[in-house]
Amino acid sequence: MSPHLILRVVSKLLIPMIVVFGFYVQFHGDFGPGGGFQAGVIVAAAVILYALIFGMEEARKAIPPVVARIGAATGVLLYAGVGVATLFMNGAGEPLNFLDYDALHPDQGHHTGQHYGILLVELGVLCTVASVMLAIFYAFAGRVPDIRDEDW
Amino acid sequence: MDMLASLLPAGAAVHAPALIVVVPLIAAAIAALMPRGPWAWGVTLVTAIVVAVLSLVLLGQVSTGGVISYAMGGWPPPWGIELRVDMLNVPLLLLVGIVGLLCVIYALPSVADEIGPRKEALFYSAFLVCFAGLLGVTITGDAFNVFVFLEISSISTYTIIAMGAAKDRRALTASYNYLVLGTIGATFFVIGVGFLYMATGTLNMADMAVILEANGHNRVTQAAFAFIVVGLGLKAAMFPLHVWLPNAYAFAPNFVTAFLASTATKVAFYALIRFVFSVFHPDVSFVSMSFTWLFAVVGVVAMMVASVQAVFQTDARRLLAYSSVAQVGYMMLGLGMGTAAGLSAGLLHLMNHALMKGALFMALGAFALNFGVRRVKDLAGLGQTMPASAMAFTVAGLSLVGVPLTVGFTSKWYLVTAALDRGWWWAVAALMISSLLALAYVARLLAAIWMETPPSHHGEIAKRRLAPWMVLAPMGILAVANVYFFFHADPLVGLARAAADAVMGGQ
Repeated sequence: MSPHLILRVVSKLLIPMIVVFGFYVQFHGDFGPGGGFQAGVIVAAAVILYALIFGMEEARKAIPPVVARIGAATGVLLYAGVGVATLFMNGAGEPLNFLDYDALHPDQGHHTGQHYGILLVELGVLCTVASVMLAIFYAFAGRVPDIRDEDW
Repeated sequence: MDMLASLLPAGAAVHAPALIVVVPLIAAAIAALMPRGPWAWGVTLVTAIVVAVLSLVLLGQVSTGGVISYAMGGWPPPWGIELRVDMLNVPLLLLVGIVGLLCVIYALPSVADEIGPRKEALFYSAFLVCFAGLLGVTITGDAFNVFVFLEISSISTYTIIAMGAAKDRRALTASYNYLVLGTIGATFFVIGVGFLYMATGTLNMADMAVILEANGHNRVTQAAFAFIVVGLGLKAAMFPLHVWLPNAYAFAPNFVTAFLASTATKVAFYALIRFVFSVFHPDVSFVSMSFTWLFAVVGVVAMMVASVQAVFQTDARRLLAYSSVAQVGYMMLGLGMGTAAGLSAGLLHLMNHALMKGALFMALGAFALNFGVRRVKDLAGLGQTMPASAMAFTVAGLSLVGVPLTVGFTSKWYLVTAALDRGWWWAVAALMISSLLALAYVARLLAAIWMETPPSHHGEIAKRRLAPWMVLAPMGILAVANVYFFFHADPLVGLARAAADAVMGGQ
């Protein structure tokens, strides 16, 4: 029997729900409180909980540090990519500015473009925030002390 | 300029203000994904070239078409974030763009030597974020956006300074020290912006200026002024707030020192000018009082004290770092004169100082690359073992003293003229004494390089070693620029004068 049985069982149940809640906060972001930053922290917290209960090795196997690095960069690229895309899409024939979401959809009356734009940008934020949180956690938790514990 | 503009894809010229910040930011993410250091360097080099071209295009647009205002996301200025390019910030964009490009060329051999291969790509990524932040501070017309970009550049600066730890662990404490002080500076700045927002209800700098002019000043705006001057003064290494700088410059990787010394404090100084002259008006009594009793006094004290401290340093880069604090003093003095002539002299010195310090720190980096030397006495005999780098170092060093035939003389000449116009004899005396002190510390370096014999090992004198051409070329360009712009002073003087006129309304 492994130690901390109750913790393991409960966190196995909780972790998927934490992630789902993260996505709820993410997609609720354009109507109410929430958004990419909070969602990113919640999603990362799920993985950090997994690492605390099942150990660093297991967490590293599930989400390797290199994924965190790639995720961080991808999020920024997604965000900035939306901005660059708006430069080239030229909404209703006129040149639009950087991050002018109206370019993303022709339906100007309902501001559908603005809606898509926020969704995409927040997705980029989620991706980067979750990855960076994880990267910071891995960096601190995985740090080998300069002096080994036995040598004190 | 038109030729350069035609090289860019259609529309790039229209969006140049946004692209000059966005391109380095995107490139930072791409560089982080690169598996090997040299590839990330390639990304950085392409970015730096694009930024340099865009800054030239912007110069062309501003000098022919006047102020450019770019609304981010299509939200018009007083509400949305505005990017604003005028004659005051275009020289800074040009400076960061072109000196940045030269530093990036220099970076490859230097960074490969100083930073572990596993961290190289991430190092370039952090550098690009810093680059984007500095350009952002320069180009934005929104007071809160200045804070955001200032933090973007500062946080990445802490990282790249700490990367010097591979060679010297003291880089970690230097960086931590800078982190604590830099964060305090940023906090002061944002408190000041908060007060201004409270007093005016806007964050757009041009709009703030209009509302302040109409509503007049009160205690809140005075407090805002004080907080902003302290916050930005800390970032610009204004005299009593400079304590983070010497160690940060001394222990950072050489490429970082060369880049930061010629751009980072300059950008903070620009932001200070922007707030003092554009947002607050120089005719307001507490602002004009601060010129004489704060900036000029602090400038003169910095010129004296930091120069004396520089004379007694043992580490070559620390010596030049103290000299940088003294040079910031010259710029503060120029600002403190409160006249268009004084401000343009200060800005001219800002650009010239970037040329000098860029070349000097690059040369010290070359010495460190070939022989691993850092202390002043270890520079012995480098005139024989590394003559090309030593020549570049000498030219830039003489320029730092202000010897005729170098740009250092030009900017000191303009400073002296402006001080005499104002009737400030004591400032002229201070400039002379500070120049003599500069002669003393530069002479120490040059004496070690040229007069002493190279070190010998078992009777065998150290052999001549050529620095890689990627180190020599940018260093040589900067050293030649130090002489060239003495004989062709018009472009830089013209830029500085146009910048001063842009904020002083051509007084």
